[in-house]
Amino acid sequence: MLKDITLGQFFPGTTVVHRLDPRTKLILTVLYIVLLFIAVSWASYGVVFLFLVCSICLSRIRLKAILSGLKPLVILILITGLLNLFYTRGEHLLFRVWKISVYWEGVRTAVLMALRIMLLITGTLLLTYTTSPIQLTDGLEKLLNPLKKLRVPVHELSMMMSIALRFIPTLIEETDKIMNAQKARGAEFDTGNIFQKAKAMLPLLVPLFISAFRRADELATAMESRCYHGGEGRTKLKVLRMERRDWIALTVGVLLLVLVILLRRLGL
Amino acid sequence: MSPLIETKKLTHIYSEGTPFEHVAVRDVDFSAARGEFIGIIGHTGSGKSTFVQHLNGILKPTSGSVLLEGEDVNGSAAVTRRVRGRVGLVFQYPEYQLFEETVRADIAYGPKNMKLGKEEIEQRVLEAADFVGLEASLLDHSPFDLSGGQKRRAAIAGVIAMRPDVLVLDEPTAGLDPRGREEIIRNICRYHDAVGGTVLYITHSMEDIARFATRLVVFNRGQIALDGAPEEVFRHVEELERIGLTVPSVTKVFSILRSRGLEVAEGIYTVDAAVEALLRLKGGGGNA
Ligand SMILES: Nc1ncnc2c1ncn2[C@@H]1O[C@H](COP(=O)(O)OP(=O)(O)O)[C@@H](O)[C@H]1O
Ligand SMILES: [Mg+2]
Repeated sequence: MLKDITLGQFFPGTTVVHRLDPRTKLILTVLYIVLLFIAVSWASYGVVFLFLVCSICLSRIRLKAILSGLKPLVILILITGLLNLFYTRGEHLLFRVWKISVYWEGVRTAVLMALRIMLLITGTLLLTYTTSPIQLTDGLEKLLNPLKKLRVPVHELSMMMSIALRFIPTLIEETDKIMNAQKARGAEFDTGNIFQKAKAMLPLLVPLFISAFRRADELATAMESRCYHGGEGRTKLKVLRMERRDWIALTVGVLLLVLVILLRRLGL
Repeated sequence: MSPLIETKKLTHIYSEGTPFEHVAVRDVDFSAARGEFIGIIGHTGSGKSTFVQHLNGILKPTSGSVLLEGEDVNGSAAVTRRVRGRVGLVFQYPEYQLFEETVRADIAYGPKNMKLGKEEIEQRVLEAADFVGLEASLLDHSPFDLSGGQKRRAAIAGVIAMRPDVLVLDEPTAGLDPRGREEIIRNICRYHDAVGGTVLYITHSMEDIARFATRLVVFNRGQIALDGAPEEVFRHVEELERIGLTVPSVTKVFSILRSRGLEVAEGIYTVDAAVEALLRLKGGGGNA
């Protein structure tokens, strides 16, 4: 079912990781991605991996949830791995079949690349699993606030993003419902050739669009009748505050960055 | 009488194996015979919708089975497809599924999927529109130009046009005004009398259904709490109230009268029966 898509899902909780300020988590995630791209050696990967495992343990997110989030991307990871395996040239030839030669360096790069993608996805999954969409956009808005000086409509963008995030589950649910209703009238969405399939989508898409527009209209009316007029002078229900745990987390992040850069310098 | 449709130990768990796991229907044994008009009542979230979506194979049971004339509904894809035409399911707020350019084409969508002939389809469309009380002049309008109540009726007609053996309606009067409600209920009764098929009517309003159903099935927390003729079910006023259902006011009044020591019958749920009971009481008391 469509509902089983876990990417971008939020698992509510009360662990330290859940309670961190969304800004901290956003910064740490960016830092983590940078780390992954600086890391070149097994040792530095080990450091990054350790950091990730500790964060996952602290967040009490189940391994199963992480695996199911990785599942849709297995193909991507495999292809990247294979491409690297076959196209990396090196000095230590491992074996040669027909025109394809595999080098020891290729194996190494393939494994590291696959690992890098998996670590990348797992890290971002952890962010969305432990941070509600509202917090996420609040944090993003705060972080991007300086851009307001450059006339970037930060508040409007983040409002649009929260609304979109808020309505994705609703639309998925709606799609499910309409699909079921048409199936009950004998519709078949997964048989026939591509043209028949496209035609079969019509009974789904028309009601879906109509309901999306209706919702947008209702939401706009509801916001206006509560005097929404953009970000000017608007206060927050939940004011974001950096606590001690946030500073500690950020310090750990910076120390890791220094460590990985040092490892790279030392060529380890 | 062998049952037309039945469920055996039907259980449905949503999002099994995740933190959102939720048992919506648990071990439900149910069966319905041809021609019954069954009211399914229960609090919001009691599992009514989940339950009926198994009857035509929209949802697959987590465990247990659904049988239509003894054949497993989920036996194979071909069986499920056939069952979709024989068990007609009208979802809650069915007007949101309208999509065609005309009401006529929308009602014809189900029969067309059953690969029926053109004339047969046309005839069924007219018949179905008549059952739900849509004037023929509306058939060539866009479904989106109709009023709320008319849309609802057009959507119901779309399922009736498949001539199902079992018609299942999930809260068909939700969100309508009293008059629209009354009309839909009356039309469905008329349909039931004319066709003689089995009707399953989900509602959480007792007053609506008690007057028409030949049998009431009460759901509570995913299980069947009470099942029987209306007068049978309405004997259990306390249990119904504990479940959070409001019994018809007459039933309530008579239950109080009984508790005050008045000799009136149990399970009274219509005004007529109430009047009769009171008159009898008056006559019997000898002080008329
Ligand atoms: N698609 C779904 N995913 C997860 N839980 C659901 C879904 N649909 C219903 N539920 C849950 O299952 C329970 C029964 O719901 P439902 O069958 O719709 O009850 P009713 O129709 O009696 O109001 C509810 O607690 C509801 O929250
Ligand atoms: Mg329901």
